[in-house]
Amino acid sequence: MFQEGVPMEGLNDILAKYYQSEGSIVSILQDMEVRYGYIPEEAVSWVSGQTGLPASRFYGVATFYGQFHLVKPGKNVVKICRGTACHVKGSEKISDDVQTMLHCGVGETTPDGNFTVEHVACVGACARAPIFIVGKDVYGKMTPQKAKKQLEKYMDGEGNGKKG
Amino acid sequence: MGKKAKTEIIVGMGTCGITAGASDIYALAGELAKAKGLDIKLSSTSCIGMCHSEVLVDVVVDGFARVTYGNVTTASIEEIINSHAAENVPVIKYALAQMPSYGKAYDDIPVFSQLPYMNKQERVVLSNCGFIDPLSIEDYISHGGYEAVKKVIATGDPKAAIEIIKASGLRGRGGAGFPTGLKWEFCNKAQSDIKYIICNADEGDPGAFMDRSVLEGDPHAIIEGMLIGGYSIGANYGYVYCRAEYPLAISNLKVAIAAAHERGFLGDSVLGSGFKFNIKIKEGAGAFVCGEETALIASIEGLRGMPRAKPPFPAQKGLWGKPTVINNVETLANVPRIIVKGAEWFSSFGTEKSKGTKVFALAGKINRGGLIEIPMGITLREIIYDIGGGIPNDKAFKAVQTGGPSGGCLTTAMLDTPVDYESIAKAGSIVGSGGMIVLDEDNCMVNIAKFFLEFTQSESCGKCTPCRIGTKRLYEILERITNGKGRKGDLELLEALSEDIRAASLCGLGQTAPNPVLSTLRNFREEYVAHIEEKRCPAAVCKPLITFTIKEDTCTGCMACARSCPVNAITGEKKKPHFITPELCIKCGSCFDACKFKSVLKK
Repeated sequence: MFQEGVPMEGLNDILAKYYQSEGSIVSILQDMEVRYGYIPEEAVSWVSGQTGLPASRFYGVATFYGQFHLVKPGKNVVKICRGTACHVKGSEKISDDVQTMLHCGVGETTPDGNFTVEHVACVGACARAPIFIVGKDVYGKMTPQKAKKQLEKYMDGEGNGKKG
Repeated sequence: MGKKAKTEIIVGMGTCGITAGASDIYALAGELAKAKGLDIKLSSTSCIGMCHSEVLVDVVVDGFARVTYGNVTTASIEEIINSHAAENVPVIKYALAQMPSYGKAYDDIPVFSQLPYMNKQERVVLSNCGFIDPLSIEDYISHGGYEAVKKVIATGDPKAAIEIIKASGLRGRGGAGFPTGLKWEFCNKAQSDIKYIICNADEGDPGAFMDRSVLEGDPHAIIEGMLIGGYSIGANYGYVYCRAEYPLAISNLKVAIAAAHERGFLGDSVLGSGFKFNIKIKEGAGAFVCGEETALIASIEGLRGMPRAKPPFPAQKGLWGKPTVINNVETLANVPRIIVKGAEWFSSFGTEKSKGTKVFALAGKINRGGLIEIPMGITLREIIYDIGGGIPNDKAFKAVQTGGPSGGCLTTAMLDTPVDYESIAKAGSIVGSGGMIVLDEDNCMVNIAKFFLEFTQSESCGKCTPCRIGTKRLYEILERITNGKGRKGDLELLEALSEDIRAASLCGLGQTAPNPVLSTLRNFREEYVAHIEEKRCPAAVCKPLITFTIKEDTCTGCMACARSCPVNAITGEKKKPHFITPELCIKCGSCFDACKFKSVLKK
């Protein structure tokens, strides 16, 4: 039932964890997002089949909230904070420069799968603005130059994000 | 001095600290102390609010004052450990302040509470933040924690706490400012077998982070506040609805809930009283509108987070159709302190109608940004200049934005406005959840309005047309103005559309979405006019309206600009003035940033 690359392990556990409790669609999707890094179509149809809830219920929720990805993100998710403090301190230019450097728009993934560029509404570290995040590493008081330099650390010989 | 003194090193590990590199400093401090064979206790605390000086490291030698070091680096931590931790000789040049309440004071280090950043602050909600170890329930208890809930349960009367909270004048800190005691009373009176209390930690205002800091730094205060609320309204179940963007807050809260269970503060019989109370965490999934009560409830129920019409209010019909109270993080953190110290103590702070203190997230173009807590009623000027230390780089203050996407901008003329619910509203903005972003002369007000509308139109849930379509149209008009394509009549159109959206939207998001437009139009109309009629951006922000040129007489020909240009639009020989080819220039501003001689002009 599952295509290559969408392993099923863990999905049973996710379902078992929430099967009895009300209001679990958001929680199931959140666990799926942790498990796969996105919401695979195959996983949704499997859970839909098990629960008897139409897949559209899951997609209705998944498309409403900003947290859920419907496409598999790259190895390194680059997030540029676009909160108010970051905006007034120049995060727009950081975003522009990062997109130019990686040849990759917001919400897109580089063809080599190394980077996905995203905007985040606010991470709540406003006094350290502008904030820039790669994976789980959070950097504060960024400039476009510093951000680009940090990004270089995540480039390897194979996928340097500049292809395509 | 005592080499063998028992010494504690405390590293500030809130999100701001980690952003500044606190994890590396923490690890390094441990290694350095070990290498020197020092007997120290290394621990972490949360944000003390001085985010501008992160990384913060405190050193306490037994019997002496606690010393706070700021802007600690891998180099200075070594000096601090070698000198202060090992020899009890503080490193004056890195020391920000000392707290003599811990012991003998040192010479030549300012007292913490006397710092300009601190001396106008009044710490009630933040009293534990940055002082206790948030992961230690013992630490919370030793600072008077869980005394309030014991006191409330001992009365045996759910209405006792409601009366105290009502008398204190505490109003909801999430934005609307509804009296908390009244909210509890409504829900207490509602007849139902099951009731709920929800802590709203879906801090969505981009620019506010007090809820994050309190959850990270003092999670037990939230649990205690919810316990008291739950007991008062008759709820046995609590939910904390927290943004997924705050992973540290969620993990600290989880640790705190588990510890509270173990100690019998949560569970089937709280402190053996027979009162059952359990708390679950629900992670938000990234939707601003879920800060609205009914949308938040829908989200906990696993649905799309869309608001519904009120009444019925959640206090009558909330989560799963049962009576529900929703309180904001800061509101709940106030509760245990009010119970312990009394309504009169709380209402001694603040103004006639706005009692107590309020936490603000001070950020933007400000020298000392961070988390501050002030008694209601001090002025904006005191906050920005005395506490915040004014505007960096000798730039001129332009405005302060309060209340986030629902709020407005206050100008120089309004700097003496007292900060309380009524005065800020009268000046044309809102206190909101407490975001306070300072803008200087380099910020374009039309761009700021566009920024907020971009946010609200993408966060509109889409249920009602005025908000869904209206905010989109507002955004499009602002976009064309900033692109130099503004038309005659656009300002009147913005105003008319704003009024319609305000009047006809279903929930607070839509009703307040036009505020950033209306407030900038009211206070900075000439900037809009310059964009439309003169095709000029006075702050030189809006790309299509600005040009970059190089001043020939001061250009040294260092070539830094040419190297920084991503499109090779800059030409010139070494040591001779350079030129920008306007047709090639994409106006990215890289040359402006790269020039050390201020020879690139932006107009």
